[in-house]
Amino acid sequence: MRKIVSDLLYSFFAILLALLLGALLIEATGYSSLSAYAALFRGAFGDSYAIAQTLAKASPLIFTGLCVAFAFRCGLFNIGGEGQLVVGGLAAALTGIYISAPIFIHIPLAILAGMAAGGMWALIPGWLKARFGAHEVITTIMMNYVGILLCSYLVNYPFKAPGWVAQTVFIKESATLPKLIPKTQLSAALLLALLFSFLTYLFLWKTSWGYKIRAVGLNPTSAEYGGINPARVMILSMAISGMLAGLGGVGEVLGVHKRFIDGFSPGYGFDGIAVAVLGRNHPAGAILGALLFGALRAGGMAMDRVTDVPADLVFVIQALVILFVSAPEMFRIIGRLKK
Amino acid sequence: MIEWIITLLASTLRLSTPLTLAAIGGTFSERSGVINIGLEGMILMGAFAAAAVTYYTGNPWTGVVAALLFGGLLASVHALLSITFKANQVVSGVAVNILALGLTTLMMQIIWGNRGASEGVEGLGTWSVPVINDIPVLGPILSNHCPVVYMMLVIVVLAHILLFKTSLGLHIRACGEHPEAADTVGINVCRIRYFCVILSGMLAGLGGSFLSLGQLNVFSQNMSAGRGFIALAAMIFGKWKPFGAFGASLMFAFTDALQMKLQGFGIPFQFVAMIPYVLTILVLAGAVRRAVAPAAIGKPYVKE
Repeated sequence: MRKIVSDLLYSFFAILLALLLGALLIEATGYSSLSAYAALFRGAFGDSYAIAQTLAKASPLIFTGLCVAFAFRCGLFNIGGEGQLVVGGLAAALTGIYISAPIFIHIPLAILAGMAAGGMWALIPGWLKARFGAHEVITTIMMNYVGILLCSYLVNYPFKAPGWVAQTVFIKESATLPKLIPKTQLSAALLLALLFSFLTYLFLWKTSWGYKIRAVGLNPTSAEYGGINPARVMILSMAISGMLAGLGGVGEVLGVHKRFIDGFSPGYGFDGIAVAVLGRNHPAGAILGALLFGALRAGGMAMDRVTDVPADLVFVIQALVILFVSAPEMFRIIGRLKK
Repeated sequence: MIEWIITLLASTLRLSTPLTLAAIGGTFSERSGVINIGLEGMILMGAFAAAAVTYYTGNPWTGVVAALLFGGLLASVHALLSITFKANQVVSGVAVNILALGLTTLMMQIIWGNRGASEGVEGLGTWSVPVINDIPVLGPILSNHCPVVYMMLVIVVLAHILLFKTSLGLHIRACGEHPEAADTVGINVCRIRYFCVILSGMLAGLGGSFLSLGQLNVFSQNMSAGRGFIALAAMIFGKWKPFGAFGASLMFAFTDALQMKLQGFGIPFQFVAMIPYVLTILVLAGAVRRAVAPAAIGKPYVKE
């Protein structure tokens, strides 16, 4: 409990410091930081539309945050969330387009297809790690590009809808995730994200497989002495981690765009790393982290519209948050210098 | 046909330049034990600094110096975080990439009032190399390139000598393989790692300056466009050696140049663009040729 409080406090200070540095940057460039932040805040929380936008942006980030956090619990670094999300999105879109089924079968089917594709995409690096010791950081980065390019090819050629844009046709009504608030981007994907956060928590902390995963994450050698096969656990962890990222793509395709559009993800997979770091690799933390970055995204776009400060400031703030949160030593060392 | 091949090979050499520089940067960083995912951001920062400073001074060479400085500056953030503050090296590298993307776009808006592309700036132009210029076939391939291309060729040789023929190089490699042992014999592990990470940022930044001053003479948003990650692939494919990195970069650049030439021949560019990534995965799996990373990579060094 004490650790949670100190972690939250620490994250809070890190965010505050990042916002402060961001304000300095805005002032240095001749704009008003107060009016920029006011616009950002209004755009993120100002009215029900703003809140819906924040939650809509947070939904895929919860999934990609869970993806990174899950793998990390097994001691693996999955930075392939972006590719897994994109292939998951395409699999869901194709299921939504080419299969006819009643809604209560069609939606689960599309979700499963997305999970399977995302899982497959992460299983490969997991297997390469377990079998050949190939560093998963590099292989997942490479798989990102392979996945994105493959999907780009598929929607530019075989599955391209008529017209100039590289996208599929719309999915069937029966595969569409319902909107939670009409005329916003907020769909049932959020509920799905919350559900899977809870399931991830249950799996990791209340099942024997979850115990094995965390044991390997803490120390693969002693886990092996304890009768756990680390290779199998690693492959499983990567696959599940990929499924979670795939679900992020499913939510975007079935809930927001209703089709697969080439390049639909503005880097949700990479943002998942930030979300997981901020969330201390815990599902509840991932939700909080995703909410913060979702708010920054939604608010940043509003700030961009009303003030002259570009939305890209949000990236700077986001990067600073990661930098500060990832280096707790920093504050310790600075604290020591003062004394 | 011969004309076609000559332009193909000349553009291969050109396109390989930012890749090689960043890949050699990555080689230094990883040889000393620090993973550098931030190469992408460092290239971008270098490209931006080069264009921005040239815009104000009118002299592209000041831009090149700025690219070295700002690439190194961004790398020192990565060094500070991952060496002194012992942050996770991958996380720190990812943050550096996001930081570079945000900062450069923000600054573009402020300097040029446009976040898509900068105004045109003075470019570095090309050098025609005496003697080589007159050799048939070889002349048109090797001559009349941007000066950064020739700097890159010199850097490949210098990097090899530094890494494998000097005691500093031995110290660098020792820090990446067995930092405890290096420390025992009196090598300052942290200082060596700082040196290598900052050097990697400077090299990546120099590669970035080629992007903005060596071809179109503008800076555009997210100009690095994934080259930092291809450089990472080239570093692995080149087995963490400068000449290997150069060779791999040439190969990847060749597929890129070929893809541009083949546009309109009905081959979807996506498949050609995939080649570097697929090859790297195969290499890591030991299917093409085995590549083993420095042993102590990714671990912060804690002095006992």
